[in-house]
Amino acid sequence: MDDVLTLGMDVGSTTSKCLILRSGAEIAAAALIPAGTGTSGPRRALEEALDKAGLKREDVAVVTATGYGRATCPGADHTASELSCHALGAHFLIPEARTVVDIGGQDAKALRLNPEGKLVSFLMNDKCAAGTGRFLEVMARVLEKEVSDLAEMDAQATGVVPISSTCTVFAESEVISQLAKGVSLPELVKGIHMSVAVRTASLVRRLGVTAPVVMTGGVARNAGVVRALEKELDTPIRVPPLAQLAGALGAAIYGWEHVREKR
Amino acid sequence: MNEEKRDAKSVLRALQDRIAQDAWDAKNRGEKVGWCASNFPQEITTAMGIPVVYPENMGAAVGAKGGGRRMCEHAEGLGYSADLCSYARINFSYADWKECPELEIPFPDFLLCCNNICNCMIKWYENLALELDVPLILIDIPHLDGEACDEDRVKYIRAQFDDCIAQLEAITGKRMDYDRLTEVMAVSQRSSRAWLRAVGAMEHVPSPFSGFDIFNNMAVACVGRGTVEAAEAFELLAEEYEALAKEGKSSFKGEEKYRILFEGIACWANLRATYKGLQSRGINLTATVYGPAFSFLYQNLDELMAAYAQVPNCACFEHELELRVHDALKNKVDGAVFHMNRSCKNWSGKLYELERQFRVKTGVPTVIFDGDQSDPRCFSEAQYETRIQALTEIMEANKKEAR
Repeated sequence: MDDVLTLGMDVGSTTSKCLILRSGAEIAAAALIPAGTGTSGPRRALEEALDKAGLKREDVAVVTATGYGRATCPGADHTASELSCHALGAHFLIPEARTVVDIGGQDAKALRLNPEGKLVSFLMNDKCAAGTGRFLEVMARVLEKEVSDLAEMDAQATGVVPISSTCTVFAESEVISQLAKGVSLPELVKGIHMSVAVRTASLVRRLGVTAPVVMTGGVARNAGVVRALEKELDTPIRVPPLAQLAGALGAAIYGWEHVREKR
Repeated sequence: MNEEKRDAKSVLRALQDRIAQDAWDAKNRGEKVGWCASNFPQEITTAMGIPVVYPENMGAAVGAKGGGRRMCEHAEGLGYSADLCSYARINFSYADWKECPELEIPFPDFLLCCNNICNCMIKWYENLALELDVPLILIDIPHLDGEACDEDRVKYIRAQFDDCIAQLEAITGKRMDYDRLTEVMAVSQRSSRAWLRAVGAMEHVPSPFSGFDIFNNMAVACVGRGTVEAAEAFELLAEEYEALAKEGKSSFKGEEKYRILFEGIACWANLRATYKGLQSRGINLTATVYGPAFSFLYQNLDELMAAYAQVPNCACFEHELELRVHDALKNKVDGAVFHMNRSCKNWSGKLYELERQFRVKTGVPTVIFDGDQSDPRCFSEAQYETRIQALTEIMEANKKEAR
């Protein structure tokens, strides 16, 4: 079979990711724009990825959209849920993965894969945004920091200032009152990460923890959250280099499987 | 003149309307009318000829007709917590406003509460008794911590049953005719068996009907199962389903690609979104606890007491789990959808563990979504869609693997 290009679009609530895959095996290009559904983000991500690969839209056999904005993603041929896509993406990046944790902009997911990489069950957070990427964004804003600064601050902590509220709004007030007390910022950041980890860990435990555990999604880039989650689950967590692109990668694989079935 | 044979759906709808109208007519004649909990032993009121109406059914209807948000918000403005059951909040709003454009029920002269459907309901009805200044009769059903209802429990419930009759005689001036009670019990058995027969048709592949129809038809199973008309309507319903099953046909729109257990009360306020999300993917509901929840099988008065203690919401966790697992396996489900009904503390409190054990015991994929029976503010269509799409993808992959 000639090279077939499939394109995955992961349109989240805060970012848009695009990845082009060659015959289900080789990543041709990828792009990430920090603007999600309802913005210019999806279009820009698509244009950037095509540009990087030196391709045009018509060179691509199938565009598969996933993520919160999948239904309104421009130019998509079909959609797939982010659950299936993160499972496919994680399996591609780390074939032995059995449990996948994905914390995105407004939801958290725990996925169980069988030894062949097939998604067999999953759990998601409820409607509350606590323990998601949005929670970390809100906290970073209160601390007058960038989300990308949080991991380094966490690494400097020698203790922890616990955050007990599970509600994002109440936790924000709690962080503000801790700031007013003059607590150490790194220790406060560690407390914020612990809060996310505790909430996510309860989801993963309900599903059942089977090693190896892999983390995908934007929050996986935050080593502080990963460390806190490792501690909570008492198991090492592997983070692939393309963790944040796992959903888009999975969508491209989904498209490739669709093409293969049709042939 | 030959009367055209009517379908069960229209017979049930007409019967529901007639029962509601009977209560209004009685009220207008000056008779005493009660508000009644859905799993109260209706044999008492039916045998005594006392009209009752059901606030829970009103809450569901108001939710389905789009009034849930307005009524819930009004109740919250009165000081009731948003964490309370939305049926209760709708009812408190109605008790305050005295009107509701979606559906009205006659105001009560007395209240009949039975906590086998929900223990929190006692506080709901106590509050109503104070607000409306009407007497409350409670039948307290002890939680069942084992398989069977023992003799002590039967005696405890029977004493309250007898006391309830005495109180109702004093309030309404109507006497209990025990021969009539025996007749009503026999009719209730006929209704319950027919209801179970109709719901049991879901085990056919394809199921002869869309499982969401149960959410509509169960209203009569709740309010009218002691009437001959209800028994006949359910027998007609069962015959229709069985005839369709025999021909391999179904009233479900489209091909039944997947079969699921749907756990929990329907999202009345989001019925279209929840139904379409399933139906558009060829997913039919073929297992629900609503069969056993509104059928009470017994041979005599003592067994009647035991039957009301063995309803799903009053039984121990293990029994509840077993009911679901048994139904799911018998009706050959490919997956399960669990409604985290924020209104219902009885249901939502145990849902995570119910889902976990169900998943382990059946091996079928499951999904939990957030919602509410009548408060639309607890439901997110985008979140529901994501979960149902993912469940469908897993069920599809499982089918491919099995081929």
